[in-house]
Amino acid sequence: MTSTTTSGGPIQVLKPTVAGHLHDYWGRVRGGDIGSLPAILGLIVLCLFFGIARPTFFSAVNFANLFSQGAAVIFIAMGLVFVLLLGEIDLSAGFASGVCGAVMAILLTNHGWQWYLAIPIALGTGVVIGLLLGFLVAKLGIPSFVVTLAAFLAFQGILLVLLSGGKNVSIRDKFVLSLANNNMSVAVSWGLAAAAVAGYAAAQFIRVRGRAIRGLVTDPLGIVLGRVAALAVILLAAVAVLTQERSINPSIISVRGVPIVAPIIAVALIVWTFVLGRTIYGRHVYAVGGNQEAARRAGIAVDRIRISVFVIGSFMAAIGGIVAASRANSVDPNSGGSNVLLYAVGAAVIGGTSLFGGKGRVLDAVIGGAVIAVIDNGMGLMGFTAGQKYIFTGLVLLLAASVDALSRRRAAATGNR
Amino acid sequence: MAATPLLELRGIDKSFGPVQVLHDVGLSVYPGEVTALVGDNGAGKSTLVKCVSGIYTIDAGTVTFDGSQVAIHSPRDAAALGIEVVYQDLALCDNLDIVQNMFLGREKVRGIVLDEPTMEQMAGDTLASLSVRTVKSLRQLVASLSGGQRQTVAIAKAVLWNSRVVILDEPTAALGVAQTAQVLELVRRLADNGLGVVLISHNMNDVFAVSDRVAALYLGQTAAQVRTSDVTHSQIVELITSGRSGNLGLPPEKPATAGFVDITPPGADR
Repeated sequence: MTSTTTSGGPIQVLKPTVAGHLHDYWGRVRGGDIGSLPAILGLIVLCLFFGIARPTFFSAVNFANLFSQGAAVIFIAMGLVFVLLLGEIDLSAGFASGVCGAVMAILLTNHGWQWYLAIPIALGTGVVIGLLLGFLVAKLGIPSFVVTLAAFLAFQGILLVLLSGGKNVSIRDKFVLSLANNNMSVAVSWGLAAAAVAGYAAAQFIRVRGRAIRGLVTDPLGIVLGRVAALAVILLAAVAVLTQERSINPSIISVRGVPIVAPIIAVALIVWTFVLGRTIYGRHVYAVGGNQEAARRAGIAVDRIRISVFVIGSFMAAIGGIVAASRANSVDPNSGGSNVLLYAVGAAVIGGTSLFGGKGRVLDAVIGGAVIAVIDNGMGLMGFTAGQKYIFTGLVLLLAASVDALSRRRAAATGNR
Repeated sequence: MAATPLLELRGIDKSFGPVQVLHDVGLSVYPGEVTALVGDNGAGKSTLVKCVSGIYTIDAGTVTFDGSQVAIHSPRDAAALGIEVVYQDLALCDNLDIVQNMFLGREKVRGIVLDEPTMEQMAGDTLASLSVRTVKSLRQLVASLSGGQRQTVAIAKAVLWNSRVVILDEPTAALGVAQTAQVLELVRRLADNGLGVVLISHNMNDVFAVSDRVAALYLGQTAAQVRTSDVTHSQIVELITSGRSGNLGLPPEKPATAGFVDITPPGADR
């Protein structure tokens, strides 16, 4: 490992090499800054285990199923990442998604509205819910646990009232149904995957070049290439599997291509990752989560940030509710109930978002959501009962929360956090 | 010796309800000099700083900044003048890196995107101008820094904005010997760069190590403001504990005239 000295600004710093970069990363992991590493390792172990125990796990049909099974939870978990970043919790996100889904279903089916009117109203409902929750937490100072616990009960009731005492509202709108159930054509699937890889590569290289021109420290080229290559391999392999014929009887109907919900997840991931990492707003969210007093002294409107994370949380819950309604072809009084919220919180935490605030990424929700979808799907294939699945998922969540708590302690000991 | 003070306070009064905390306090801060502000607990140091930084508004008195009289009603007014306060508890976010902390609340953007290269460069320039060479990377999380390094970041944050007066509240209180020396060196360098520096400290060694002037507060009054070279260690201690030392400081107290216990600070009835 050779290190040459470069000027990073006027401060003298070591120019990182590939080996040095990996060494630093390992040092951070050992120091307690582990991020999504346990979740990714867990995901690989689980996939191998289920794949060996039940070879159908690795079939293209099952792989496509994972997306529609995990999507709703992933959307809700993305919103919860924002709430968790402030050290708050939103227990009502599950039923908020149910209420928003019901609003859409009722407008579509009972009132005959078009999807392009019903969906925005459902999303707007999510925003209003978030404003209400955020106001109660930030302005009245009620702990978010209590506010959202009350809202959890109330939204369950609203859902019952909306569905006039528990009637099932089925959805017949083709567009809404396609969201969670249909696939993109093979050509579009490949095109989007290629565009995503190219876009990611361009963003990475523009960033490195911009920093290099200013004479700032850049990530070593090997690492940058490695990141782009990793994304390319994962995306293209996934598309290759998903563009296989999945129909039992291809002569009657052909089922091929990436599920439509996958690019929707990708867009949400990119947008929110950009917001958190590259905008003033995102920086302030992290600051308030890290040290509220410091944020206040820096002139950040802490209350407004607090309200905004609940708005984002409930907005993403609304998207989750719409996707769940699409997948189920209907909305019933238990939409968004049962394990939805707990799976969503679990997804964020398993992915590496801290329950203590200040640490987390939107990608955590996707990785954690994948872990939960794989457990749910794989244990189902192996013939475990729902009860056994819940117990195992609960244990995994507990494990993730302990990893979070222990890594925090380790980080405090090594002065990393 | 600079002829005119950069920041001059005269006749500052401040009461909280019936309790008068500051009475007729004066303080002069000269550019290129370190003015130590000393006083026992409850002497009014913190209150005075909060008045200057706009957290409290003064009841009476004048604040003159750079030759013209100013009114400071909010922390934003103080920041606009170029007065920055580095508080004891630092106010840094552990989960953000050095650059992110230095620009917190005043981020540079290009469009809606954070302009990280510019911020990193400015942060690097500022640290370099303070001859800080002790950080490994500007992208280090503040959580991984030592107490002295954190204090350095907090001070660098304050000088980043072309501030002209920097007020440091007990910057060495929680530090070890080597780190204290490092921070004091930085304090001295701030003054050498032409800033007016106010150093609040309980530590006489610190005061004598870096300050050009000492202002002593005693029970909400200015006991004395003198050149550090003109006084001795024990004289400062006397000023802090009894408000006077020989011919320095407040005039001797008049004997109590009434039978009841007078708990107001001396002179509050004038």
